Amino acid sequence: MILVIAARELRGLFLSPLAWTLLAVIQALLAWIFIILVNDFQNAQGRLAGLEHALGVTDLVVAPLFRVTAWALLLLTPLLTMRLFSEEQRTGTLDLLLSAPVSATEIVLGKYLGVLTFLLSMVALMALMPQVLMAGATLDVGKLLAGWLGLSLLAASFASAGLYLSSLTTQPIVAATATFGLLLAFWIVDVAGDGQEEASRLFGYLSLPRHNDALLLGLARSEDVAYYLLFNAAFLGMTIRRLDNLRLRG
Amino acid sequence: MLVESVMTEEILVSVERLSRRYGETQAVDGVSFTLGRGQVLGFLGLNGAGKSTTMRMVAGVLAPDAGRILIEGADLLDQPRQAKQAIGYLPEQPPLYRELTVDEQLRYSARLHGLDRAASHRAVAGVKERCGLADVGRRLTGNLSKGYRQRVGIAQAMLHDPPVLILDEPTVGLDPVQTREIRALIRELGQERGVILSTHLLPDVQVTCSHVQIMQSGRLVYAGALADLRQRRQSTCLRIGLNAPPSVAELATLPAISRVEELGGGRFRLHHPAGAAPSAALLEQARAGGWDLWELTPENASLEQIFVDLTLERETAE
Repeated sequence: MILVIAARELRGLFLSPLAWTLLAVIQALLAWIFIILVNDFQNAQGRLAGLEHALGVTDLVVAPLFRVTAWALLLLTPLLTMRLFSEEQRTGTLDLLLSAPVSATEIVLGKYLGVLTFLLSMVALMALMPQVLMAGATLDVGKLLAGWLGLSLLAASFASAGLYLSSLTTQPIVAATATFGLLLAFWIVDVAGDGQEEASRLFGYLSLPRHNDALLLGLARSEDVAYYLLFNAAFLGMTIRRLDNLRLRG
Repeated sequence: MLVESVMTEEILVSVERLSRRYGETQAVDGVSFTLGRGQVLGFLGLNGAGKSTTMRMVAGVLAPDAGRILIEGADLLDQPRQAKQAIGYLPEQPPLYRELTVDEQLRYSARLHGLDRAASHRAVAGVKERCGLADVGRRLTGNLSKGYRQRVGIAQAMLHDPPVLILDEPTVGLDPVQTREIRALIRELGQERGVILSTHLLPDVQVTCSHVQIMQSGRLVYAGALADLRQRRQSTCLRIGLNAPPSVAELATLPAISRVEELGGGRFRLHHPAGAAPSAALLEQARAGGWDLWELTPENASLEQIFVDLTLERETAE
């Protein structure tokens, strides 16, 4: 049943021009950045050759590219998740789901899975770009995979937060704005403080990108993965509760 | 037809003391009723009387504040999956995704109600045939006229062949021909199922329903079989037209006539007690007195009149 809902969600995304536009724009921008990064790397190659323990192409091209990709995801995920529940509430199609023999958990997981499939295919497309470097250079496959994992976890986290905020309002644009604000807050929460005191360590822990940094360096720590999984579980849990509440509030 | 009479005994929906408030407003207040197989139950009431709220609760879309709903013996709150499987629901707004075609929409809904791929294809073909949607399968639901959207909504409700159908204003937005078709469909569906429908249109009730419930300010003010309501509205008036009318006083002396109204142009309305049959005596007198009768019409107190009486009686009593 989850898959049935996910399939319709995915279909709905691809039937709208929004999804295609986003894919095209993001792909073009990232390709441009990718070319610049490769160019910089080529210019710096002479100096790098003289260094011991010099950084490789994976660190100097792939890692920065993934960092920009993470920013891009932050900007566009709210646009993809804004309609998930708000549109259904506004047009009354939520009644179809609520009167069908499916639980709130199945509805929420179905929608989450649908939008996640889209986001992950987008991440896959972006992450495929550095593969062309394989033709002329050796890539660190371990680091590449860790970077993919980081981007996927980030995308999933963005989706879960967007899903929850979309269930709070009947206006898609309000949901998008709120999602963007919330994600940005989680993004910059570690700016306050130097990371030494107790409180600023907490803020540092809450920060979304900080857990991605280690992954970009090729360091897949269970601590970071657990952070993202908790983030997802928390927002999915809140969405399920919200849906049950909708039935109570009417 | 022995089987059918046995089947009417079976209770499909049982609602006990259902209540629901929205903030300060008591939308539904202690409503109880049952629906048996083979019944078509019509919900009547003014706007805001609580019809839609009641139906939303029975369909499981809205949680009641108090009360119990049993669908085929399964409690809607304790065993929602089992109970909801037995319900087909058409909300006030047909729940259609604008970007899907009619076929996609119906197949999605079928899968959502637990039909597998092959079964959903069969079910979609079946309901499209019954609801007259065979030609619009490939059109987007967002581009359909209101009447077609309504029909897709009804088709969607009956896809998984539920024993209980809940239709919130099924004939809204249909043209007269479509209205007739949908009424016939509902009557047909009501033979093997239980149907609850709400409507503003009294003819809907007269044509399709076996039972009527009238709601007023969240409470049931009348519940009973349509036949009982017909009893209440037996003819109690005759309208006559005469070319050479006698005086009103003379008409009033006719047997079984309680009151005479003059309508002008040789027309009169004669009131008589229910059950009395003054027509024969009237005809006799008219011929004997040379009144030259050109019209004789028994007038029914309309369902509308009874509806207004019931709802207004209540309002003035409060």
